[in-house]
Amino acid sequence: MPRWDRVRESFFNGERLVDSFPRLLDAFVLDIKIFAWSTPAIIALALVLAITRSSRNPALFPIRIFVIGYIDIMRGVPVILWIYLIGFGVPGVGLERPFNSPLLWGSVALVLTYGAYIAEVFRAGIDSVHESQRAASRSLGLSNSQTMRFVILPQAIRRVVPPLMNDLVSLQKDVALVSLIGPIELLRQAGIDKAKFANFTPYVAAAIIFLMITIPLTRTTDYLLARERKRTSATRVR
Amino acid sequence: MKLELRNVRKSFEERVVLAGINLEVKAGEVVSFIGSSGSGKTTLLRCVNLLEPIDDGAIFLDGDEISSVGRDPNPVRRRIGIVFQSFNLFPHMSVRRNITLALTQVVEKSADEANEIASSLLKRFGLGEKIDAYPDQLSGGQQQRVAIVRALAMSPEVLLLDEITSALDPELVGEVLDVVRELKGSGITMLIATHEMNFAREISDRVCFLASGLVAEQGSPTQIFSNPTDERTKQFLRRVQAVGKT
Repeated sequence: MPRWDRVRESFFNGERLVDSFPRLLDAFVLDIKIFAWSTPAIIALALVLAITRSSRNPALFPIRIFVIGYIDIMRGVPVILWIYLIGFGVPGVGLERPFNSPLLWGSVALVLTYGAYIAEVFRAGIDSVHESQRAASRSLGLSNSQTMRFVILPQAIRRVVPPLMNDLVSLQKDVALVSLIGPIELLRQAGIDKAKFANFTPYVAAAIIFLMITIPLTRTTDYLLARERKRTSATRVR
Repeated sequence: MKLELRNVRKSFEERVVLAGINLEVKAGEVVSFIGSSGSGKTTLLRCVNLLEPIDDGAIFLDGDEISSVGRDPNPVRRRIGIVFQSFNLFPHMSVRRNITLALTQVVEKSADEANEIASSLLKRFGLGEKIDAYPDQLSGGQQQRVAIVRALAMSPEVLLLDEITSALDPELVGEVLDVVRELKGSGITMLIATHEMNFAREISDRVCFLASGLVAEQGSPTQIFSNPTDERTKQFLRRVQAVGKT
């Protein structure tokens, strides 16, 4: 491999790595912040969407159609496109500071798209709860919404924790897409360092930093999946 | 009349399950429904509890039409309890919470009152120590007894028992039937769908044989089991006798 030392020089340069790493870690704090404030909003939105979509109240039919359309549209377009459209589009109507911040609208775009993805996860969970549970609850005089709250949702959420974690791992990476409309987070900072020193090592460093978060998250997911499987099946076939 | 069904009809798609049921049940009466699988026993009970909307006819509770379209089913269901073949306990809740949920959410009892009701009913049916167990930790018979207690906790005036022993191992059937025997003494009105002919004979004031979506024959247990007049009843009883169910 005659070119190997050149690759090593531009991608695995120890000096550049040591120099960039602290700056990149600082920038990564912003990724974590975006992740931290988006996640609760995503879960809340997803729950509202899933509950509305699963509702059997005939009066909610128009809203159900709207929710289905919303989910289809948000899931059918790449996340990056929504970040561009919402992140550049909304402040473009002439909002004042701080409401014109790309950081704000980039996060909103993440919430709106991931809300739709995760709504489908919750809906699968709601659908997986057997009809007889609903019958038992309604037969005791609980209303539809009480049945959802006390009987269906607690069982549904428990079942979808593993797939939910999966989507959160994806979210943790997609947070970096917000950088494309301005905010200087990890990926963007790596790009700046790369340009400054004409060296790709900061990208490798960024990859390592992402892995420091996503691998433990993935292992946790695996653990939860295995535990769920063990809990729901009494005997295990080897 | 406690409960009255007038010309109740119910179909699923093309299949007619109830073809015009007429029935009057007095307060405190225990009525059993027998008949082959698919004869409409379960559907009949589910209709009375308003879990299935009926297509035609009317159901009256104390003379009050409960089956009318648009009527809120929840107050009716507080007065008519149902126990299912497959128990349907809430698996994520302890036995205590299974029983107190509707007490606190539907009839707005305080947590203390609800707890008191749950523990005294559980004790009465020999389940006192199981109050903090989860359904998965109980045997089938225990689960079904908890399901009965859960229905009873709402002090229903009518109790519907839908094949409550069909999902149980044979040696667990007895403990569940004992609960029903005890209830008969308490004066509650019961409608029982069952495959246990001996039990139906013993516990019922009246037995109804369902066939083709209608009450084909009804009468006292002695009359139905010893002296059936309808040819279909005779055939049905011969069949269950052949497999040793009576």
